[in-house]
Parts: sequence; structure tokens; C-alpha cells
Amino acid sequence: MIELQNLTKRFDTPSGGVEALRNVSLTINQGEIFGVIGRSGAGKSTLIRVINLLERPTEGKVIVAGRDLTALSAAELRAARRDIGMIFQHFNLLSARTVFDNVALPLELRGESRAAIRAKVEPLLELVGLSDKADRYPAQLSGGQKQRVGIARALATDPKVLLCDEATSALDPETTEQILKLIKDIRDRLNLTVVLITHEMAVVKEIADRVAVMEQGQIIEQGETFDVFTRPQHATTRSFVADLIGFDLPPALQKRLSAQPVGNSHLWRILFTGPHADEPVIAELSRNLGLDLNILHGRIDEIQGRPFGVMVVQARGDEAKLIAAKSYLASKQLTVEELEDVIAIDRAAV
Amino acid sequence: MSSQLIALLFEGLLETLVMVGVSGGIGALFGIPLGVILILTDRGGILQNLAINRVLGLIINAARSTPFIILMVAIIPFTRLVAGTSIGTAAAIVPLTIAAIPFIARLVETALREVPSGLIEAADAMGATPLQIVVKVLLPEALPGIVAGLTITFVSLIGYSAMAGAVGGGGLGDIGIRYGYQRFLPEVMLAVVLVLIVFVQGVQSAGDRLVRKLSHR
Repeated sequence: MIELQNLTKRFDTPSGGVEALRNVSLTINQGEIFGVIGRSGAGKSTLIRVINLLERPTEGKVIVAGRDLTALSAAELRAARRDIGMIFQHFNLLSARTVFDNVALPLELRGESRAAIRAKVEPLLELVGLSDKADRYPAQLSGGQKQRVGIARALATDPKVLLCDEATSALDPETTEQILKLIKDIRDRLNLTVVLITHEMAVVKEIADRVAVMEQGQIIEQGETFDVFTRPQHATTRSFVADLIGFDLPPALQKRLSAQPVGNSHLWRILFTGPHADEPVIAELSRNLGLDLNILHGRIDEIQGRPFGVMVVQARGDEAKLIAAKSYLASKQLTVEELEDVIAIDRAAV
Repeated sequence: MSSQLIALLFEGLLETLVMVGVSGGIGALFGIPLGVILILTDRGGILQNLAINRVLGLIINAARSTPFIILMVAIIPFTRLVAGTSIGTAAAIVPLTIAAIPFIARLVETALREVPSGLIEAADAMGATPLQIVVKVLLPEALPGIVAGLTITFVSLIGYSAMAGAVGGGGLGDIGIRYGYQRFLPEVMLAVVLVLIVFVQGVQSAGDRLVRKLSHR
């Protein structure tokens, strides 16, 4: 649906050029919710603005629904933009217009008749649950309600793509959840392609089918949300998911770690993913192999409807038992990491 | 107060109303588009054109930095061309309008600058043309600010129109100068000043009320 090819965006500043995007290529499929995450200044804001050419890339192509937007004339681009809805962090509603008239704006711009506008706006307000607020002004609404107006407005022209620019960053967690649920609902109902940028990993985890991680104008990692969360490859990604997933031990436990294995005691981090993730593996290990397993830390969660858990255990026993235990875990398609090593790698990466 | 004085003041008030109303109206007709052009052509504007922006800015600044009394005298040939005379109420309208245009242009520019850039970005993302952005977004969103600016303009024009009285422009200022000052009639002067105060108060509070009604922020 959206194809970004070798995008580079340079901004000229008095202190020299800044590259907000550096040779970024990305394919976003029809009907998926694609998350882009990065810290501020990573280039994600520029990336989403390039998709509807609010920012024109210095180099590269932007192909939406099979058309290269960078090759269009100004009038053709305006027409193409009506296929791309956009919602914003600060909603960007017109303060002088009522809720109804805000949603009507894109239709007015297209020259629709008053009757056609009414026929379109009313069901949209119904969809976002604001039918009773049609005559209010934005200043009279809460943040979540404002964003619902923004969503209704973005959908008024029946777009194929919805761009969400930090759409929940100004909202409290509860409202964020409601808005994300609404976006997901709409995607399911209208088969929209959704691109959302955020600095909150929780948003990606909640809603995105696939995710790209950005740093310094480049995409450093991308894939299925589940895979990126459970097997982050890059140090930045790892730090993004760390809090949500519980990869890292609590500080008090970390202090007690030793760089060298102590006696027969090993620290293992077991990742519970795949078909056997919900089986009583730990219990079977200690019962069948007579292994002492001390659970130090753990978290169980669900990403994209798939169960996922992390557990850090202290395993004590002779070498043969430990090897048997590891192969048993491998047979259950669970991943085991020796913890000291992992931490050493983390240090090197930082 | 004699009925003669009341009739005199009433006539003066009407003349002032005509001078201020017409010059403010025509001033807005030219000043608002000028303010819009200033915003559109400015750096980062949707029709950025720094050459036009600088030239316009220069002309506006030049006009605004000329004291009104000098402007009035300096453009007498132009006033004659337009009004056919350089004396009287009709003639006073010409320099008042010329003074109002750049004044309004700057106030409108300031009001338009207050419109959050995100709104323009949103309209742009919806596929709005530059004209649609001006008509549907910029002007409606800035309307309370523009009305506030026009109120200031009208109040300033009332002051200017009194100056126009000094060179035979008619209106309340003219009465104040001729009767109050030149004929040593302090009670006429006082009456003129009082009427002006009430008039200005009225314009200001009407403007404020309108701004409150228009603003939904």
C-alpha cells in the first residue's frame, strides 16, 4: 500500500545540514497497522510527514496506492492527499468550527453539497461516539473527544490510509487505550492501512501488527511486533522493550549478580514463546530432572494476542542435569540465555 | 447646554462617524488582503516569496512611520485627485484611509500569526488549496483577533480624524479646534472631549463584545 524507496531528507540549518532521514526504505501492506517508534529526533515525525508529502523528501520515492506522489503536480497531489487521512498529537481542530463543521471541513474543501456532507458526517460522528456533541466547539471537549473528532475528520473522505502522528501522546493512559481500540476497530471495519508513529512502546504493543524502530534517521530494526518485542536485535530496541517485557532484572537483584558462574549455580533467562509457552515447564523440569529452580523474576504478557513470558531462574544442579534441562527447554521451543553473558553484551552495546 | 451646541455636536459626531466608518471600511478592504499576503509570503508561509514580502513590509513601515499630520499634507495632490477637493469631510477620508491600510495590514498579520501552524498543516494534509486555507482556516480562526485589531484601528482613526479637523476636515475635532480653541469656548471643548470619550468607549466595548462572541477558544 505504501512504499518508501531510499528516502533521504536534509534540512538546511544555519549550523549546516541535518539529515532527518537517511536512505530509508519501507513497505507497508494493505490493511495492516504499522508502528514506527523512536526517541524524539530519531526522524519518525519526518517519516510520517513524507508519506503525504507534508515534507518533500530530498531524495527517494513515496509510492502510495501505486502512485509515486513525488512525481505529481500540485493539483494531483491535493487530490491524492484526500486518500490519506491524518490525525495529530495536538488534534489540530479548528476552534471556530463546531464538531460537526470540523468533520465537514474536508468535504467542504472537496466541494460537496450540504446534503451530502450531512449524510457523511452524521454516521462518522456515530462511529466515533460523538453524535450528541455535534454542536459543541472543540474547546468544550476533553482530549479524548477531540481526538475522536480528529479521527472522524480524517475518515470523512474515505481514505485508504490513516496516518497517526503521536495521536495518543497528549492523552492519559486510559484515554489512549480507548483511542487505540477505536483505531483498531476502524481498521477492521474499513480495511484501512494505518501508520502510527509514537515514542511509547506500549502503544506499539497494544495495536501494531508490525513495527519499525528508528534511530538517527534510519530504520535500525523492523518486523512483526511479537518478534521485535520478544527477540530485539538492537540495543536501542532492547531498551525500548525492556520496561514492558521485563528483560532486565530489578536493580536489587542486579547488584547481586556475579560476572563468573558461582559453583553449580547458573542464571537463566527463559523466554516463553511459541506453542508450548503456556505449559507447566518449570514444574516438569524440577520434578523430572530433580533440578533446583529458584524463580527470581518473571513477567507474563500477551502481544498481538500471543502469550509471551520472561522468567529469570537460578538453576542449581550438576552439569549433566543442566544440559538435560536445556535440551528439554529447547524441545519445547523455549529460548534459554545464560544471564551473565547477556548483561555483558548489553554493557558493550551501551 | 444650548440646543445650538447640541445640534453642532451632533453634526460633528455624524461627520466623524462618516470619516471613521468609510476610511476604516475601505482600509479593511485593502488592509486585510495585505495582511494575508504578508503572512503567506513570509518565510515558511504557504506561498513563500521573500522579495514580495520585503517590499510590501518596507512600504507599510514607511507609511506607518510618517506622522499622520505630515501624511495628510504630503498627499494633498492625491487627495484632490480622488475627492476633487482637499478641504472637508470627503477630503479627510482619503488620508485617513491611506493611514488605516498599513495599520490594519500589520494588525491582521499579527492576528493571522496567532493561528497555530498545525491547523494549516492539517488543512494541507486534507488537500486544501492555498485559497481554501486562507478562506476556510486562516481568516475564520483569526477572526476574533482581526476584529480586535479593527477595533483598535477605529479608535485610532477617531483620534486621527480630530487631527484632520485641524486642516478643515470637519467632524468633532474640527469643532473642538474652531469653537473651543480659536474662539476660547472651553465649554465647547469640554463637550467635544466628552462626546469623543463616550464614542471611543462605545466602539471599544462593542468591539470587545463582538470578539467574545466570536471566540470559541
